Amino acid sequence: MREAVLVSAMALVTIALRFLPFLVFGKKTPAYISYLGRVLPQAIIGLLVIYCLKDVSFLSHPFGIPELAAGASVVALQVWKRNPVISILAGTVIYMILIRAIA
Amino acid sequence: MKKSEAIKKAFIRSVPVMAGYIVLGMGFGILLRNAGYGVLWAFAMSTFIYAGSMQYVGINLISGGASVITTVLTTIMVNARHLFYSISMIDKYKNAGKYKPYMIFALTDETYSLLCEDKETDNGYRFFVSLFNHSYWVIGSVLGSLLGAVLSFSTAGIEFSMTALFIASFTEQWITTKDHVPALTGLLCTLVCLALLGAGNFLIPSMLLITLVLTLIKGREGRAK
Repeated sequence: MREAVLVSAMALVTIALRFLPFLVFGKKTPAYISYLGRVLPQAIIGLLVIYCLKDVSFLSHPFGIPELAAGASVVALQVWKRNPVISILAGTVIYMILIRAIA
Repeated sequence: MKKSEAIKKAFIRSVPVMAGYIVLGMGFGILLRNAGYGVLWAFAMSTFIYAGSMQYVGINLISGGASVITTVLTTIMVNARHLFYSISMIDKYKNAGKYKPYMIFALTDETYSLLCEDKETDNGYRFFVSLFNHSYWVIGSVLGSLLGAVLSFSTAGIEFSMTALFIASFTEQWITTKDHVPALTGLLCTLVCLALLGAGNFLIPSMLLITLVLTLIKGREGRAK
């Protein structure tokens, strides 16, 4: 039940965000809002990267090596191929192999 | 444009998104299954939330016992970029009529990237591009959930697909933008909050700090140019 409430909250907030500009800014968008729309996405993706890695311990075995190596592969593949599906698939497979090989 | 022609053109346009949505949708379905939520949850979340990054984060929220406030604030921050997509589609979707509500609902990162610079402006065509993409996402999620239940090998480590998704997006944005201050602001503010507050409490303070810092440095843009 609690989960259903949270899923509904996520759905409703997402719908509200998508509809809001159409309802509010029919003609002119305030400069502050379009500024946030431009810069927030980049900052939030940075936040999400850290969020995903928050529980990694760099001071005890395996010292975050699987995360760092797989993460670096994702960056390298993305720079090289510019195809997120390839980067994500390969990075995940590398990670799954590493945690089995190192642990 | 005739409806059959619009559907055909829309399908061809949506093919590049098909592979991505089915693979990422499957990753989501498997993770959700591993967290203890079956195929109906995968179907409902992908149909009604329909926002990839948010659904990955949402698995942690529902399985970790997050509060409604945390969920609402997290959704606002993770999906704030949709405000921007909608803002830039206000004019393009102006005359979409009966298709308009669904097209706004289904405006994901990928659909936006297909339609924002598209020369084809037929609204039936835009509607079906949106609908095809949405269906790939739902099909992928349901497949992943079903597959996650029968996979015989250990899927330990598949959760890294979420990390990889964000690292790939971060890299792509870094390549395509000249101004790296917003991206660095996101990383640094989050690291500071993580170091000060610990892994359990840093998410919302980080979001607030990021918004505050970005607001304070807003004037920087005008001066730089």
